Amino acid sequence: MPTPTKGPRLGGSPSHERLMLANLATSLFEHGRITTTEVKAKRVRPLAEKLISKAKRGDLHNRRQIMRVIRDKDVVHKLMAEIGPFFEDRNGGYVRITKTLPRKGDNAPMAVIELVSEKTVTSEAEAARKTKFAKDQAAAAPAAAEAGTDEPAEATADEAKAEDTDAELADAEAKSEEDTDTEAPASATDEATADPAEGADADQPASKKDES
Amino acid sequence: MAVPKRKMSRSNTRSRRAQWKATPVQLVACPNRACRELKPQHVACPACGQYAGRQVVEPA
Repeated sequence: MPTPTKGPRLGGSPSHERLMLANLATSLFEHGRITTTEVKAKRVRPLAEKLISKAKRGDLHNRRQIMRVIRDKDVVHKLMAEIGPFFEDRNGGYVRITKTLPRKGDNAPMAVIELVSEKTVTSEAEAARKTKFAKDQAAAAPAAAEAGTDEPAEATADEAKAEDTDAELADAEAKSEEDTDTEAPASATDEATADPAEGADADQPASKKDES
Repeated sequence: MAVPKRKMSRSNTRSRRAQWKATPVQLVACPNRACRELKPQHVACPACGQYAGRQVVEPA
């Protein structure tokens, strides 16, 4: 069950709040960036992200689900045709809120809420080298291997980490010219691939014993 | 209903109100090296409009 919203509704009644949030989301998708109060920005973010998730799927059912909230067909088309495909390689976090100075007049805390216009670092790196990280491809296999073996995995994990630190130092020197952002995932893949490999060797005999 | 027995003197009123003090706003230097203006924390800099290296708002 989703957590109920704390505090009073925006605008006084539930229907008024729905209308206000729908209008805010429509303006956000239309302009890409809007300035509003911090409270409204925080309330509209989950709604906007859910709508973008629906737009990413892009079928008729999801279009109708979006039409329940956003009544402007031009904005719905923009959402389905431009915004959804743009966020194809980003898993959530489509919207960014940045606080700004309080409003003159009533001193209400204000914020700028905007669609994130940058691509993720990993997607840029993958586009540059035209490959995928081994971590993403081999994520399923290690999970299955580690499930059966707990104790040997811990013993080998320490050895693997010791080796990884040496390897990381070597990698860091080698890759010093590369971008720092691409370096961290690369070292993560080393750990991910090294752990299951050693764990699998120690684990397979143990699991066979259990079965016999 | 309980009611005050005596009028509150001007002295007492002013002594009470003398404790109403405003606290200074905590300000930090803008991390933008070209700016370095004092600004409230966790807020886009009003002088240069940047936050965390991104241009968020137009400078005032």
